[in-house]
Amino acid sequence: MTVIMEWIAKLSDEIFFNLIREDRYLYFVKGLGISLQLTFYAALIGGCIGLMLALARLTNNRLLNFIATKYIDIIRGTPVVVQLLIIYFAIFATTSLPKVTVASIAFGINSGAYVAELIRAGIQAVDKGQMEAARSLGLSYAQAMFYIVIPQAIKNILPGMGNEVISLWKETAIAGFIGLEDLMRGADIVRARTFSNYTPYLVIALIYYYITISMTALLGKLERRMRKSD
Amino acid sequence: MIKVVDLYKSFGSLEVLRGINNEIHKGEVVCIIGPSGSGKSTFLRCLNLLEEPTRGEVFIDGVSLTEHRDNINKLRQKTGMVFQQFNLFPHMTVMENITLAPIKLKGMKKEEAREKAVSLLRKVGLYDKDNEYPNKLSGGQKQRVAIARALAMDPEIMLFDEPTSALDPEMVGEVLSAMKQLALEGITMVVVTHEMGFAREVGDRILFMDEGMIVEENTPEELFGNPKNERTQSFLSKVL
Ligand SMILES: Nc1ncnc2c1ncn2[C@@H]1O[C@H](COP(=O)(O)OP(=O)(O)O)[C@@H](O)[C@H]1O
Ligand SMILES: [Mg+2]
Repeated sequence: MTVIMEWIAKLSDEIFFNLIREDRYLYFVKGLGISLQLTFYAALIGGCIGLMLALARLTNNRLLNFIATKYIDIIRGTPVVVQLLIIYFAIFATTSLPKVTVASIAFGINSGAYVAELIRAGIQAVDKGQMEAARSLGLSYAQAMFYIVIPQAIKNILPGMGNEVISLWKETAIAGFIGLEDLMRGADIVRARTFSNYTPYLVIALIYYYITISMTALLGKLERRMRKSD
Repeated sequence: MIKVVDLYKSFGSLEVLRGINNEIHKGEVVCIIGPSGSGKSTFLRCLNLLEEPTRGEVFIDGVSLTEHRDNINKLRQKTGMVFQQFNLFPHMTVMENITLAPIKLKGMKKEEAREKAVSLLRKVGLYDKDNEYPNKLSGGQKQRVAIARALAMDPEIMLFDEPTSALDPEMVGEVLSAMKQLALEGITMVVVTHEMGFAREVGDRILFMDEGMIVEENTPEELFGNPKNERTQSFLSKVL
């Protein structure tokens, strides 16, 4: 009995010191906001870069093809944290862009390489007859892509895209390397104040996990709806 | 109307077309027959540059396609193509399939394009299918929508690549009769087909292709009734 009582007392202490005292929960709330924002913008930027790279890889233009291939190679061949630091210190050191913008761009650049391959595969999975039928009507390559191929490719791409956003969400936990006060960094700051062993990390682990399963559920719903419209 | 001069096409080291010369006149229905792999589809696809000729020229109304590649989208509007596998756009309704090109390429008003689509659908014998998606249609219906889609651009020439080969036998008739209707209206048609009955009845001229060449060409009466070339004879004896 006393063991349980002691444990409850300890737990409420932990909660009090890590969340309530000095409004420390705000570090988590603000961090969550930053992390979500970062994921959102990085996914958006990554999607745009990915689409451009995928199209570059699908054209017959040798130079575009080469550039896109190299980009994808290099990004996938180096750790994202290294990319983040290079972009922050080397490229954005001289500008006054907010850190969250820089980080969004860095993660977007990284994600773009993975998204490019997803989009390329999704486009290539669309029956070649679709492009031919569109071109035979007189549509240009770009029009055929835009009106005919890409709308069909989206169905192939969506599940992979969803997973990409979910991994982005977890990957952004390294944004603290450039001093961004994201969810992860929030936990660090609180722990430095409270000297708790791991409670702040437990808190953010729960938050990361909850958001992840929510996104997974949302994605599942979306996929089911798309399948219905087939 | 279409003039083909010394057309060659290779895929890598495989020579598929080996010197094709021909002229297709306005209002003519030309049927192309021949064994599979003889280059019929490739020839047809060179007529709208879906395949790039290795050598030779294709002229439409006197304009060389290969010399006007930069203008190919415009030139392709002169030809409509119907594919063996239909190639309808599955994410669009029948109506959207048909009106997309006229709206985007000819700047046609949506209302006008829809009216036109409806009349084209009537022409190929389809009623009440305007708002269906292609996957709700039978093969024969799909192919007739594909014909209407190609017609919507008012092409001068219609190209058909084995339009009934992917159909269940009971649906072949409805597609052929729609095509016959077009022929009667005087639309210029080039039809690759295995339907010898159709070729004989509707064709003004038959081309027999083998190994990348036009081996023999003649009126249907002559070509089917009195084939001159040995290879034509042997092919016809197998398919008739
Ligand atoms: N895109 C291509 N790449 C390589 N070979 C091809 C291609 N298209 C057709 N061929 C080859 O060209 C030959 C003629 O094909 P095709 O024109 O489709 O003949 P047909 O329509 O008379 O059956 C065949 O041997 C085929 O395998
Ligand atoms: Mg063929």
